[in-house]
Amino acid sequence: MTGAMQYVDEYRDGELARHLSGKIAKEVHAERQYRFMEFCGGHTHAIFRYGIADLLPPGVKLIHGPGCPVCVLPIGRIDSAIALAKNPRVILATYADMMRVPGSHFANLIRARAEGADVRMIYSAADALNIARENPAREVVFFAIGFETTTPPTALAVRQAKCDGLANFSVFCNHVLTPPALRGILDEPDAMLDGVIGPSHVSAVIGTGAYEFVAKDYGKPVVIAGFEPLDVMQAVLMLVRQVNSAHAVIENEYVRAVGAEGNMKAQALMDEVFELRESFEWRGLGWLPWSARKLKPDYAEFDAEARFGMSHHAVPEPKACECGDILRGVRSPKDCKVFGTACTPEHPIGACMVSSEGACAAYFSYGRYRAA
Amino acid sequence: MIDIGGVQKEISLELLDDVAVGDYVVVHVGYALSRLNEEEAQNTLALFAELDGSQE
Amino acid sequence: MKRRHYIRPLDIERGRIDMTHGSGGKAMAQLVEEMFVAAFDNQWLRQMNDQAAFAVRQGRMVMATDAHVVSPVFFPGGNIGSLSVHGTINDVAMSGAIPLYLSASFIIEEGFPLADLQRIIKSMAEAAREAGVPIVAGDTKVVEQGKADGIFITTTGIGRVPDGMLISGDRARPGDRIIVSGTIGDHGIAILSKRENLTFETAILSDTAALHGLVAAMTDRVPDIHCLRDPTRGGLATTLNELASQSGVGMRIRESAIPVRAEVAAACELLGIDPLYVANEGKLVAICADADADALLRAMSEHPLGQNAAIIGEVFEDEHSFVQMETAFGGMRMVDWLAGEILPRIC
Repeated sequence: MTGAMQYVDEYRDGELARHLSGKIAKEVHAERQYRFMEFCGGHTHAIFRYGIADLLPPGVKLIHGPGCPVCVLPIGRIDSAIALAKNPRVILATYADMMRVPGSHFANLIRARAEGADVRMIYSAADALNIARENPAREVVFFAIGFETTTPPTALAVRQAKCDGLANFSVFCNHVLTPPALRGILDEPDAMLDGVIGPSHVSAVIGTGAYEFVAKDYGKPVVIAGFEPLDVMQAVLMLVRQVNSAHAVIENEYVRAVGAEGNMKAQALMDEVFELRESFEWRGLGWLPWSARKLKPDYAEFDAEARFGMSHHAVPEPKACECGDILRGVRSPKDCKVFGTACTPEHPIGACMVSSEGACAAYFSYGRYRAA
Repeated sequence: MIDIGGVQKEISLELLDDVAVGDYVVVHVGYALSRLNEEEAQNTLALFAELDGSQE
Repeated sequence: MKRRHYIRPLDIERGRIDMTHGSGGKAMAQLVEEMFVAAFDNQWLRQMNDQAAFAVRQGRMVMATDAHVVSPVFFPGGNIGSLSVHGTINDVAMSGAIPLYLSASFIIEEGFPLADLQRIIKSMAEAAREAGVPIVAGDTKVVEQGKADGIFITTTGIGRVPDGMLISGDRARPGDRIIVSGTIGDHGIAILSKRENLTFETAILSDTAALHGLVAAMTDRVPDIHCLRDPTRGGLATTLNELASQSGVGMRIRESAIPVRAEVAAACELLGIDPLYVANEGKLVAICADADADALLRAMSEHPLGQNAAIIGEVFEDEHSFVQMETAFGGMRMVDWLAGEILPRIC
């Protein structure tokens, strides 16, 4: 395919790919395995979409991490969103990715919509504000999910709502944080990781400094990578080198967009509007401390959980589902008994199959020919 | 207004300060998250193409 | 034909469809006569019967039908009218048949502007005339406001397959080559970009077109084409998976060989969509024996609708019927069935 997208196409160049592939192959030590986790869902998607695994030597294993906010949202919270949507006063504004996520009894927002719930797909938090302005007689709830990339836009929307006195707008907040999730993974003995490929956009917001604890507390290297395929391969090369020389520092491959401090303005915004929850349930990872956000008292009027008196019910995972192990990097999609049979992108049972960035969905759509 | 490969779309610059026309930005869900440092971008591309696998 | 006398002419400029236009009475008769029949204008419609009669030569007939619910109704490069004519002609043509006649049924929402209806009808008439396929029968219904989102059009077409021609989705064989007739993704992106307020330096137009002329040129040069299909909803990826599944074979394609306009690729990047899954309305996929591939490609490139035709891959033996793609980057990936992506009302 031809393209003229500057600062995009160059990072997908096939020749450079072969060149990097050769370099990695030369530098890996034959007698050992290298297990690197890519934390970010966008990276998982890129790895499968470009077939990066084919360009890495057999000793390098990419483990797919839980950086997919759709995947880590617990069933109980999805049930709550569906219940909200079914409230006749409510218009639920949501990112498209959430539409097919199954809650209990295979309910989801698409089915809820078919049953009469007013669910609107939006591309940005600002769209939710517009819906609220255009529908003054209805309650508009923004189903906010995501790591530190989608959190600043939500903060902006909430601040704007307060400024405008937009009384019919509220947020069902499920924003989560990357460093505590990383800790959750690294605390897991079975993962046996040698290094981490750090997320691109999240790091643009939180900065490389946020990952220092990985080197300090766990002695593992982190390389922040851009999400173009060449970025990922260069990051793998940098990790291989660190492992070979028994180093563990935080390196930045995505220097063109990420700095040590990150986007201070975005961080200040987040701190102004949100505070940390003491604990939050993550699908597959269990309850992690200080790992998610909720609205600060100053903005409590926009908190949907308060406004609608929502309570959180923990719902157990379906029995056959191995998502927990897969999200922690302990098992791979092919190891799951229901992968590809009872659990497919069309009929997902668990978190990992639900979003196109989930390990199982990516593997199913792009890579399952390898298993056959 | 951003342009990629001849396609234009309106996005928000509210999360950045001092963005000028002609700057490259990284965009996510309709918001610019960070400015692209073009010099570093070229450095990274040069890094990919490096012939020698030097250890540093 | 006796002309009925209508007291007032239709107010095309400012008038709207109302419930009387669907009731079967004089208002409807006037609508049909002054808008539809006048534009489509052929011997069958002029007879004003509820059906069209015609003689058929001996041989195999083909019939196809398509409903069109595209939103927005007017998009860069076409509208629901031209789309409905091209779409059904193409379905008929993919069997190698020569399209003969079309019928068109309209479900129109109360309040729909007559000016818009006129535009659509004129487009259909033009498309039908250009294609040489008359619209010989039709129907009109009007539903209350809120029950039909503007206008829905269903077209049905029939055609005749030349003797001995056997083009079918189950005829792909290992060793065959896969050819696409031009750039992919144009139609879907033309629609989506209008919805998402993207603007372009060079406008992306829907590629909506009648392909029977191209097919005739192809079958002329290579009579034994194995498969033909137009990749509409679900895009090239879906069509290839369908054919692979029907034929019980696997396919391997090369990303670098697939023609995509730069702006379409960029728009897909912005919208987060894979061009392989975006609808096309003026393209086709052909599968033929290896020995015929070069001749077929030449025949396609020589036709105005096949200018960017390219061989994109091969068919091989695979019990799983996987479609695999060598990425421009160098690795392999699967090109799977569309997993419920939500791109509503593209066609």
